[in-house]
Amino acid sequence: MFMLRLIARNVFRHKLRALLTITGVAVAILAFGLLRTLVGLWYLGVESSSASRLITRNAISLVFFLPISYKDKIRHVPGVKIVSYGSWFGGIYINEKNFFASFSVEPTSYLQLYPEFVLPPDQQKAFIRDRKGAVVGRPLAERFGWKVGDTVILKGTIYPGEWAFTVRGIFHGAHKNVDERQFFFHWDYVNETIRRTVPRRADLTGFYMIGLANPDQAATVSAAIDGLFKNSLAETLTETERAFQMGFVSMTEAIITAIEIVSYMVILIIMVVTANTMAMTARERIAEYATLKALGFGARHIAGIIWGESLALSLAGGAIGIILTFPAARWVESALSQFFPFFHVSAHTVYLDLAAAAIVGTVAAIFPTWRGATIRIAEGLRRIA
Amino acid sequence: MENRRETIVAIRNITKAYRRGAQAVPVLENITLDIADGEFLALMGPSGSGKSTLLNIIAGIDRADEGSITVGGLDISLLSEAELARWRAINVGFIFQFYNLIPVLTAFENVELPLLLTALSRKERRKHVETALALVNLLDRREHYPSQLSGGEQQRVAIARAVITDPTIIVADEPTGDLDRVSAEDVLGLMARLNKEFGKTIIMVTHDPRAAEKAHVVKHLEKGILNHVHA
Repeated sequence: MFMLRLIARNVFRHKLRALLTITGVAVAILAFGLLRTLVGLWYLGVESSSASRLITRNAISLVFFLPISYKDKIRHVPGVKIVSYGSWFGGIYINEKNFFASFSVEPTSYLQLYPEFVLPPDQQKAFIRDRKGAVVGRPLAERFGWKVGDTVILKGTIYPGEWAFTVRGIFHGAHKNVDERQFFFHWDYVNETIRRTVPRRADLTGFYMIGLANPDQAATVSAAIDGLFKNSLAETLTETERAFQMGFVSMTEAIITAIEIVSYMVILIIMVVTANTMAMTARERIAEYATLKALGFGARHIAGIIWGESLALSLAGGAIGIILTFPAARWVESALSQFFPFFHVSAHTVYLDLAAAAIVGTVAAIFPTWRGATIRIAEGLRRIA
Repeated sequence: MENRRETIVAIRNITKAYRRGAQAVPVLENITLDIADGEFLALMGPSGSGKSTLLNIIAGIDRADEGSITVGGLDISLLSEAELARWRAINVGFIFQFYNLIPVLTAFENVELPLLLTALSRKERRKHVETALALVNLLDRREHYPSQLSGGEQQRVAIARAVITDPTIIVADEPTGDLDRVSAEDVLGLMARLNKEFGKTIIMVTHDPRAAEKAHVVKHLEKGILNHVHA
């Protein structure tokens, strides 16, 4: 009790210094939390991918297409429950700043395969019925003020020309991890138009999405599909949705690594700053530690006082940093929604923040604790004058 | 005529040197001294004569290179650091030149400090502290922090802290060195009272001849040698 009282009073003995240290730790923990959330977001697609879905793409690269004729062959592979297909469209709405993901898909099978995109039944029917129809996620519709029945014109980058779509539905995600900033329309509409304008690019699709009857059969089904098209002009690579998403993540691994390094550097810097504060504090109080030792208090008491103060400072800063992370994440989500549509701070990030704050407090106290605990009393008492 | 009293501190052939690089600078040379129970001893001498070092050795906060020191029949030179800390907590009361109070603790809490190492209950500790503060006439200032007290009052709090465990010896290193004349008289009067009324053994280092006058015995140290003794 006495130790806690002494630690609490020592923490705010130099109010400005304590305030600056706590602010420093809070800012560092805030930055650390946001960076860790960013790293977590990179893996969001991986985490939200289904175990019962496979993706088949061209074995050479995702930029090469596959014949649409593969669809029926894939459907007959044992273990395959449903097959859908689609292509990255890469359309531009008015200008490049308005970027969002746009895909041409086979609507009926796609909506069956991805129940996480929730549409009212009437809108779903209207979308399937209208070959020029499109569905958009709610935040995307809100961003551009689109309503059901509006015409949206996208400029094609992969498929040349201007493409007019009628918004037939506005979907929302079944859970938080669903990317609601996407634009889907009919693959047939694109294909029919391309057949007239660029016939050599017709009847091709970017990838197949396969629903499995049993997720345990993923490896067998993948091998069977790829075996079907071996030695063909367009060999396939079939993998689980998770592996497919991981492929995207690994393309940007250097960025993730850089962000991770920066997040740890932030902690390292604040550790040095806090260690400096604690070293100054301990140096100023050497005579007090010597007095306590003279009165019979042991090295462990002195160590407890210094370590406790360091931990209290860093945990106070850590707690403030964690509290600030939530509004900061909400701000990032709203201000930079184009890039970070789901900027949610996970419980895991909060635990990491707490651990980081505790480590900062502990490491920062090592040298001052050792110094305070091992000071010779006679030498320490001389420091008072 | 005083009765012959039992020896409470027996110092035998104490030698101490400080190292400055490869060179050993002698501070105490072959000191032998007996201090009787209930004695008020003043150690005088010029700066660097070794009087504070000798006081620190008696109080168990420094160690001699050679020789032995027995306090209350126990050879403290044989104790480990942890044993010595426990021994100090029970047997030594400290009064320092600059009071050495903990600034973030009140007068009450500062006096209570040595009792935290005992098995006394909170209620018992409060009773002891109130008695000690009453002794130094500072009971009404119990909730004041050191910064809210004058130098003399701080030293009186330090005296209360020194006597709170009813120690075997009280060591005082220049207890009036930082005080004005009135406060110094006050503090010295209090120490004399502790010695007379409560029979406390006090060993005091001082430069001040007026402070030394309060002692029964004055011993001079010069260049580490105890060469003048008069009572």
